Amino acid sequence: MNDQPKGIKEGLEKWRENRCQMKDRDFRFETVSGMEVKDLYTPLDIEDLDYARDLGFPGEYPFTRGVYRNMYRGRLWTMRQFAGFATAKESNKRYKYLLEKGQTGLSVAFDMPTIMGYDSDHPRSLGEVGRVGVAIDSLQDMETLFDGIPLDKVSTSMTINAPAAVIWCMYIATGEKQGVRPEKLTGTIQNDILKEYIAQKSWIFPPEPSMRLITDIFAYASRHVPKWNTISISGYHIREAGSTAVQELAFTLANGFAYVEAGIKAGLNVDDFAPRLSFFFNAHIDFFEEIAKYRAARRIWARRMKEKYGAKDPRSWLLRFHTQTAGCSLTAQQPENNIVRTAYEALAAVLGGTQSLHTNSMDEVLALPTEKAVQIALRTQQILAYETGVANVIDPLAGSYYVEALTNKMEEEVEKYFEEIEKRGGVLACIEQNFFQQEIADAAYRYQRALDSKQRILVGVNEFVNPDEKLEIEILKIDPKIEQEQVARLQKLRRERDNIRVRETLEALRRACEGTENVIPYILDCVRAYATEGEIIQVMREVFGEYKEKPTF
Amino acid sequence: MARKIRVLVAKPGLDGHDRGARVIARALRDAGMEVIYTGLHQTPEQIVEAAIQEDVDVVGLSILSGAHMTLIPRVTQLLRENGADDIIVIGGGTIPEDDIRALKEGGWVKELFTPGTPLEAIAEWIQTNVKL
Repeated sequence: MNDQPKGIKEGLEKWRENRCQMKDRDFRFETVSGMEVKDLYTPLDIEDLDYARDLGFPGEYPFTRGVYRNMYRGRLWTMRQFAGFATAKESNKRYKYLLEKGQTGLSVAFDMPTIMGYDSDHPRSLGEVGRVGVAIDSLQDMETLFDGIPLDKVSTSMTINAPAAVIWCMYIATGEKQGVRPEKLTGTIQNDILKEYIAQKSWIFPPEPSMRLITDIFAYASRHVPKWNTISISGYHIREAGSTAVQELAFTLANGFAYVEAGIKAGLNVDDFAPRLSFFFNAHIDFFEEIAKYRAARRIWARRMKEKYGAKDPRSWLLRFHTQTAGCSLTAQQPENNIVRTAYEALAAVLGGTQSLHTNSMDEVLALPTEKAVQIALRTQQILAYETGVANVIDPLAGSYYVEALTNKMEEEVEKYFEEIEKRGGVLACIEQNFFQQEIADAAYRYQRALDSKQRILVGVNEFVNPDEKLEIEILKIDPKIEQEQVARLQKLRRERDNIRVRETLEALRRACEGTENVIPYILDCVRAYATEGEIIQVMREVFGEYKEKPTF
Repeated sequence: MARKIRVLVAKPGLDGHDRGARVIARALRDAGMEVIYTGLHQTPEQIVEAAIQEDVDVVGLSILSGAHMTLIPRVTQLLRENGADDIIVIGGGTIPEDDIRALKEGGWVKELFTPGTPLEAIAEWIQTNVKL
């Protein structure tokens, strides 16, 4: 055994000597994130790897090989297509269609006014209502959205951040209306405000009150909605904004630890809320880099949660995550090629052990997906799950010299970022200093330059181009009338509801915001009285103030 | 020496996807132009006010939220109302072909650059079309 590395070393040297006589292609051999890749990996690249310490077994610390003991042999990942457009009624139809096609969870996309806390009739909402997601103004819309969909049977993920508390309360209240008790509700609210300041840029309040809303949600959920994932700490948008894989991992985990610290600081026991934290990563096109990213993520999270934050419950050590294939890897040119890209990315997510997956539709780079495109994207997952055999074996790439070396490298690079973030005074200080934003902008610019200079090939865009390409794919159109209809419905609601009760609940919420009490029960009261999202957020805006970014490029 | 071309890069509307806007702002600066970036969540009124105050030659609007048919004409119209129709309006983002045609034919925008356009092509277009 002991002579083996020596033998390999000699063999490798000899091989390299001979190999160097053969000319390599004129190509930059590096990952999509720009990490240099060697031509060959051998046991020498993972000499220090200690199986028990660094990998362990699936479902066991440090969870490098997966968070559950039986992984996909027990249960396949949740196939969760992100959807929502136009009105609650239209989206409700799409959800029923997806459930009928075999989708196993819902994922709600909201329109920009909802995401930014404006009602559909606010001047700033003009032209945006129902465009990139569904318009939700009040509990009434939420009831329509889930009409005929039993909330005790379906788990729902909601991509909502700054106004997450309000939308979550609407969901809880919709459950009440259906006769479903909050402890039966399962799903996720994204609720990750730190990545908004860093990448996605849909914020309302400054960081401090935003963090308070989040810890209020942690506290309320741990008592009343125990099966709910209270946050989905998201690297997805950091990557879409142009980061590298290492930056995605480092900034996301750093945000995760910031939430843990905020929870502890708010007086919560780490094991009371940490098991409900979940993650959301991007699956970009560089196959092995992505797999290594997920494996490293689990190991780093487990180690810190146990060793630094003293979590005792093994469920607090688990990094469970949803994955979405990379929207930014798709091309408007030859859009059918996106089906193939998405399939490779989905395979990486599955080999990396994801708990839930969204596969992008080929036309997403042009507009919201059509039914046909969504079906192909879902079928891509089903083919992976049921035909390819990749779900039969747990963490099948473990022990690959390359994958293990890359997993280690990811962890090393992430640790370097952690040091830098710490040196700069933590995540919030880094946001103020524009540190993350600048790192990501630099990476995005490098990537675009590499494409323009053809150092990186993008099929159909800078190579293998079809001259005079004509797009012959169907585009989903949102009728501008939808905005007028939504506005009319909202104004009718305002006339017909009990406006005295609305005013009282809003005033009570204002006092709660000014104090230190948990605000969730107050928001719930407003929602039950059919106060609109915009009205509730406006009260909070007046108390908390608004966030302003210093624009740089 | 001739003065530099001045470009205002703006993100109208509510969407926060500023990757494209920032990459292009930087590319135009590298190509020797003066670039002002407004930041996110700007109303058409704010953009037009900034364009006039900064005395720019070009306004570049980046929109990915689907609100382009409302916001782009609004900016152009406000520029006209303020006697600043010499400022060239261009745009980019996720914009379907039919809408591109309608915006160009309606005279609301001089040119639209969709994803996949090389940065140099945008810089060249501006250098060709701005008369200093």
